[in-house]
Amino acid sequence: MLYTALSTLSSHWRRRPGQFLMLALGLALATALWSGVQAINTEARAAYDRAAATLGQDQLSRLERADGRPVPIAEFIALRQAGYLVSPVISGELRDSNGRLRILGTDPLTAPMEAQTPALGSEFDLLDFFTAPGLLLVTQDTANGDLPAGLPPLRIADGIPPAAAITDISPAARLLGPSDPSYLLVAPPQPFGLPPIDTATDLTLRPPEGGNDIARLTDSFHLNLTAFGLLSFAVGLFIVNAAIGLAFEQRRATVRTLRALGAPLRTVLTALSLELLIIALIAGLIGIVLGYIIAAALMPGVAGTLRGLYGADIEGVLQFDPIWAMSALAITLLGASAAAIQALIQTARMPLLAPALPRAWAQASGRTIRWQALAAATLFATSLALAVFGTGLVMAFATLAALLLGAALALPAVFTATLKLIRPKNAFAEWIVADTRQQIPGLSLALMALLLALSANIGVSTMVGSFRVTFLGWLDQRLASELYVTARTPEEAAALMAALEPDVDAILPMVSFQTRLYDRPADIFGIVEHPTYAAGWPLLSSAENPWQTLAAGEGALVNEQTARRENLSIGDSLPVAGGLPIVGIYSDYGNPNGQAILSLNRLLETYPGTQSRRFAIRVDPDRAPELATRLRDEFGLPTDGVINQAQVKAFSVDVFEQTFRVTGALNVLTLGVAGIALLTSFLTLANLRLPQLAPLWAIGTSRAALARIEMFRSLALAALTFALALPTGLLLAWILLAFVNVEAFGWRLPMRLFPAEWFNLFALALLAAALAALAPTHRLARKAPARHTRNFAQAR
Amino acid sequence: MLRQILLALTLATSAHAQGFAGLGTDAPGFAQPQPNPTFTFPADHGPHPNYRIEWWYLTATLQGPDGTDYGAQWTLFRSALAPETANGWEAPQLFMGHAGLTTPTDHFSAERLARGGTGQAGVTADPFAARIDDWHMTSIATTGDAYDALHLTARGDTFAYDLQLTAQGPLVFHGDNGFSVKSAEGQASYYYSQPFYTVTGQLDLPTGPVQVAGTAWLDREWSSQPLSDNQQGWDWFSLQFPDGARMMAFGLRQTDGSTFTSGTWIDPDGTEHPFGDGVLEMTPTTITDVDGRQIPTGWRLDWPERGLAIVTVAVNPNSCINTSFPFWYGPIRFSVCHDGIGYLEMTGYE
Repeated sequence: MLYTALSTLSSHWRRRPGQFLMLALGLALATALWSGVQAINTEARAAYDRAAATLGQDQLSRLERADGRPVPIAEFIALRQAGYLVSPVISGELRDSNGRLRILGTDPLTAPMEAQTPALGSEFDLLDFFTAPGLLLVTQDTANGDLPAGLPPLRIADGIPPAAAITDISPAARLLGPSDPSYLLVAPPQPFGLPPIDTATDLTLRPPEGGNDIARLTDSFHLNLTAFGLLSFAVGLFIVNAAIGLAFEQRRATVRTLRALGAPLRTVLTALSLELLIIALIAGLIGIVLGYIIAAALMPGVAGTLRGLYGADIEGVLQFDPIWAMSALAITLLGASAAAIQALIQTARMPLLAPALPRAWAQASGRTIRWQALAAATLFATSLALAVFGTGLVMAFATLAALLLGAALALPAVFTATLKLIRPKNAFAEWIVADTRQQIPGLSLALMALLLALSANIGVSTMVGSFRVTFLGWLDQRLASELYVTARTPEEAAALMAALEPDVDAILPMVSFQTRLYDRPADIFGIVEHPTYAAGWPLLSSAENPWQTLAAGEGALVNEQTARRENLSIGDSLPVAGGLPIVGIYSDYGNPNGQAILSLNRLLETYPGTQSRRFAIRVDPDRAPELATRLRDEFGLPTDGVINQAQVKAFSVDVFEQTFRVTGALNVLTLGVAGIALLTSFLTLANLRLPQLAPLWAIGTSRAALARIEMFRSLALAALTFALALPTGLLLAWILLAFVNVEAFGWRLPMRLFPAEWFNLFALALLAAALAALAPTHRLARKAPARHTRNFAQAR
Repeated sequence: MLRQILLALTLATSAHAQGFAGLGTDAPGFAQPQPNPTFTFPADHGPHPNYRIEWWYLTATLQGPDGTDYGAQWTLFRSALAPETANGWEAPQLFMGHAGLTTPTDHFSAERLARGGTGQAGVTADPFAARIDDWHMTSIATTGDAYDALHLTARGDTFAYDLQLTAQGPLVFHGDNGFSVKSAEGQASYYYSQPFYTVTGQLDLPTGPVQVAGTAWLDREWSSQPLSDNQQGWDWFSLQFPDGARMMAFGLRQTDGSTFTSGTWIDPDGTEHPFGDGVLEMTPTTITDVDGRQIPTGWRLDWPERGLAIVTVAVNPNSCINTSFPFWYGPIRFSVCHDGIGYLEMTGYE
């Protein structure tokens, strides 16, 4: 019996392969976008965890200096001689024109078990590992990548983060310069009878890093991706819902016949569920393959973004994870069930002998629309409350979600209300309006999908556009110097500065070091007094005469992200150089870390031994190329030792473009999915509406005129959806700029409007609606008159 | 990697030793022990960085107030990757400290590793001090030889000890005036001992501190190729007889199943009577399964010419060190013709 029911029901798909394709496509797309995003997130998070677990950092406490500077080797020896088990690590980054590599130098002789370096393949390597020039342990991918020149021999080993090398501490000291450890790892069990280690040293004891810096920084990025994935999944489910609803309507008669022939309800429902399960499984598998392809295609972009924006290294390749595939399949089944539940309930409730009444479905919707409007109002209120009272990134996204969902649910009510306002003079036009209103329940899901896709598009493009305009303007101001020079040694830098002094307008040394500020990584810069800064550095807020106070060594500037994170304002004391009042807060887009600026003299007094190899040159722009050539030829600087302004800008813009490439790609995909949802809904309605169109044809309206009206109506609905999407999208952009970015990146951007882009998107929405309506209207125009007459013959 | 380092530093079996920089085969650049040595003190109490391997090895047989037997062991190994010294992180000279404490029921041990250029570990001859981290063996002698009085400390996860040692006799030179042959192929080392220490001090055990007294034996040995290719491991005895005589004996087990034996009989006044291969018969009598390894913890030693026949029994057969490197050492008692106490160290049992 079940087999008979199943084969009878599924014969429907054989007759309408297009519909089957739609259903499968919807499910596959939803699965693909969601699982693709999940794959990217999982991969990146795993990379952070691997990085965090390197040398047992996730399990071992460490000792470091409060100011973040290296720990003198004598402190290490003193602790060891007092009996404490501590192990030194020298870490840093090597960078030149060929590439870059993070170096982690450990002391395997003292390292606790958790921080032991991977075993070397042959024991002969041990000698090479400990004696000059040493060995660098890297993964195969790192070895194949772009690396700086002049490295010791490489050995391939597993379990090492990307773009990083683990080596003995002696080659690390040789390669990186300072021979003092960056920090000391603390073995969990300390020997018998010693007082606690924090009583034995002035160094700061930091507990193991539960959530590492990188994971914390990139959280917002992954939440962004997840939000997009979820949006795509939701839009995909609209397609599935529409396709299943269509199939349900078309199979009403079949179901009734089956029941009348004696098939029990349970068998019919089981057959329907089974059929759905099989389709969902097939579509889910296709979706997983698609998702993997999407993720693999986006991965290099994501890797580039994470590196450019956060300095987080992940591999640009994707591993296949069976657990990921299983969870994606489970999500597909869950989504398909959610989309089908309405159809199944209706089948269960369908009276056995009552005639199929498709109209009843549509007519019952008046109440639904009111209910949806109420839900929308509640969601808007929630969104507003969250925006006013909520804090944190998740809250910001919840605000967004409530806003979007509210806008979608409000759509049918807004459309119905709008149509009620239109009171045409002639009867035919009145019929068009009334008929359109009557179709809204059937189309509303697809229109909601379109609304979501359009709003997201407007919101994200407004945010990206605002970012771009602000960022580029800021770069122009900030990168005022004509040339940026990096010498090979601090001594060479000093010699170069002395030699260039008479020939150029000004030389601005760039002295900086890395430290921690408010327990986060930060850079401290020292600058000399020069009008370049006062003219070029955009300060968001400042005390009186900030640059003079700074030059006198009596104040410090801090970047916006630090000020926002720590709730700092002008006059507050900043814990650098023994505490300095904040005299200005400046924008510092694209920098995930804290930053502070003080006068060069103050920096050198407080942190003696800080050396710099970099400086900037102010010179007549026309003379810059000639000077660059001279620096390379006369002083023998390598090509990348002299960089002009344009190169720095190009690099920065490139980082920026990378950042939003992924967002853009997801945006386009979402819009595509919405278009397909619209097409499916039009197809469903086209069949349902024949009985309503037949009388019009009978009283003299030509088939072509009917088709034109259908097309016009589709376009009008798309236009109306866009009109609703525009304010929603702008509100979305505002929330992104004013809340999400502040929470995620620590900076706030002014919002800019881009009407030209709206026009493009409007055209795109109309095009999507026209394409979606093309097939059904074309069919309508060509429909044999006999089909229309049959409507009357079958009148029930 | 730690295990690889340990294997390299502790002279392992010859299979490992060969693997690591060819220890046991050629040693280019390193100095080689030569026959008829002349030692200069205190300089020779200090390190010899031109030789590949060297140790300061002290074993003590101790008794608590209630007569309980204890054993303490303290070793500083020096292992050179190259015949040179350096300052800072450069590491041609590596040090490994090893401390053990044996009770009739427990065996505690700890190890420390360090590179020689940072000051974390090292040995100075005058004043004599051998250190790694907070462990040290320091001369407290005011007159005479630097080794006449020593202060010794070590600390592990669950134990610590602090001992004072006073020598009751002279230094003893093994083999040919301190040139000790290790194989028929001619592998040799410089080797002398101070076997006449009396000891007092304190052991800190998980159960609390114990005051102890007893005797101790210090070995000094350095070489560049101490093992021949076909030698797997060794069994080493230091024995004290009731009349004050001492005996050092070792057997180097060879891949063909034979054993190369050698040692020194020491009269109570310190007079040495070295003996070569084949004089002493060493026969395992008790095999103990220690963590899956079959270790001969009881031995029978026969020296017919001297009328010596003794059977040794380990105070605690489970004295394998609990770290990654297989090593057995611990205090023993012996009886039959002679009664006495001593120390046994064994390695190379897989």
